[in-house]
Amino acid sequence: MGKRVVMTGNETVAEAVRQINPDVIAAYPITPSTAVVEYISQYIADGLIDTEFVTAESEHSALSACIGAAVGGGRVVNATSGQGLALMWEMLYIASAMRLPIILAVINRALSGPINIHGDHSDTMGARDCGWIQLYSEDCQEVYDNILQAVRISEHIDVRIPVIVALDGFITSHAIETLETEGDEDVRRFIGDYIPLNSILDIKNIVTYGAIDFQDYYFEHKRHQLEGLHKSAEVIKSVGKEFGKTFGREYGFFEGYRLDDAEYAIVVMNSAGGTVKTVIDDLRDKGRKVGLLKLRIFRPFPAIGIAEALKTKKVVAVLDRTSSAGAQGGPLFNEIRSALYNEPTRPKAVNYIYGLGGKDLTAEHIRGVYEALERIDKSRKIDRLVDYLNLRE
Amino acid sequence: MKTWKDLPLGGIIKDVGNTKDYITGTWRTERPVFLEDNCTQCFMCCMVCPDSAVIIKDEKVIGFNYNHCKGCGICAVECISKPKAIEMEKEEQF
Ligand code: SF4
Ligand code: SF4
Repeated sequence: MGKRVVMTGNETVAEAVRQINPDVIAAYPITPSTAVVEYISQYIADGLIDTEFVTAESEHSALSACIGAAVGGGRVVNATSGQGLALMWEMLYIASAMRLPIILAVINRALSGPINIHGDHSDTMGARDCGWIQLYSEDCQEVYDNILQAVRISEHIDVRIPVIVALDGFITSHAIETLETEGDEDVRRFIGDYIPLNSILDIKNIVTYGAIDFQDYYFEHKRHQLEGLHKSAEVIKSVGKEFGKTFGREYGFFEGYRLDDAEYAIVVMNSAGGTVKTVIDDLRDKGRKVGLLKLRIFRPFPAIGIAEALKTKKVVAVLDRTSSAGAQGGPLFNEIRSALYNEPTRPKAVNYIYGLGGKDLTAEHIRGVYEALERIDKSRKIDRLVDYLNLRE
Repeated sequence: MKTWKDLPLGGIIKDVGNTKDYITGTWRTERPVFLEDNCTQCFMCCMVCPDSAVIIKDEKVIGFNYNHCKGCGICAVECISKPKAIEMEKEEQF
């Protein structure tokens, strides 16, 4: 039986990790994710878990240590933010190419410069093409549920791909919320025992990891790697269903909130979902047909399901919490618009950049977006394809 | 050559040590030629060769493994004997 608890987002990550009891965690703390490894080191000191805690001299080393532990057959967890993820860059690609099931909680933080410690998605969005699965979380409950599911997804024999579980810095990581956690035994039964594959410590079956690969095999290996990411879609779906059966909270690629009969839709990820829902309830009371598509899985991008859900809408606004310098709007916008392109009927789509460096996104801003969508629908004209919310002009 | 579908997970190598079957000698533009009469068998060339391409048989240097020698010329520079027991020659002569 689950119990209702009160926790910050960081404590939630740590609680899920405590229940997973991984073999190794490598840590180089960085704001706003610092509390995650603080809690975990406390759990280890208190003897609650027997995880090996590796203190590294940088995030590059922390992820390298995780990779080493994973090729040695360990179940491995790590947490970081912003610049920390940026410093892991080189090793992110290596972890996914080696098909190592590592779980990395990323507490989203803006990338320097200018230096900023607050939440936006420039860190994980920058890492969107490094071959990791990316799960996004609106609140503490989703953080907890995503981390437990991430273990099953990444360790699945058809997948074996590392997973980033993202949550908004400070908004989710430091705010206290109620959530339901499950019993230790139930969680352990759900995630199951870890079955290492091709461990370098298995001296009866010696293997080499990380050998050089030229024109003859590099392309083939990259294609092979993609297959794991493609296959993960089915696994994400079935694990989400099984999680629902086991714990009563089912998950898919995205959540549609009052979306089915909506004419105007907003697409967001992470904590902004809650703000949008509040505004939707208000506007629905006034008879306006507005809805939300809150994306949970950004990689692999669930294009088909999204096109299905949005193709009959009149106008769609995609909200990106990152600026993709020089691109036609943010990465989420580009994916969504591209997913809709081959549909015979499709909505008009606009992009809003919001919340960079932790700038607030309020209900008023969301109401303004829905009004703009109605204006675009009436005039059939898009004045600004990419616009900014809450920016002083 | 294998297709992508035939490859093991994570690009691992299961038959470890298969580097010796991977012919890299074709990269060479010059090759070391062994002049046995000048050689003092000091083994300096074996120690400095980055590709383990100096062949030793019965405790004696007898020449080079041209499947893996990349022609860097380090052995020829470091060879201590005078006159040298290793000379670099243009690959197209062979
Ligand atoms: S030329 Fe270079 S690679 Fe070839 S035998 Fe000499 S040292 Fe080794
Ligand atoms: S370095 Fe020169 S002298 Fe010494 S073993 Fe090699 S070839 Fe012979």
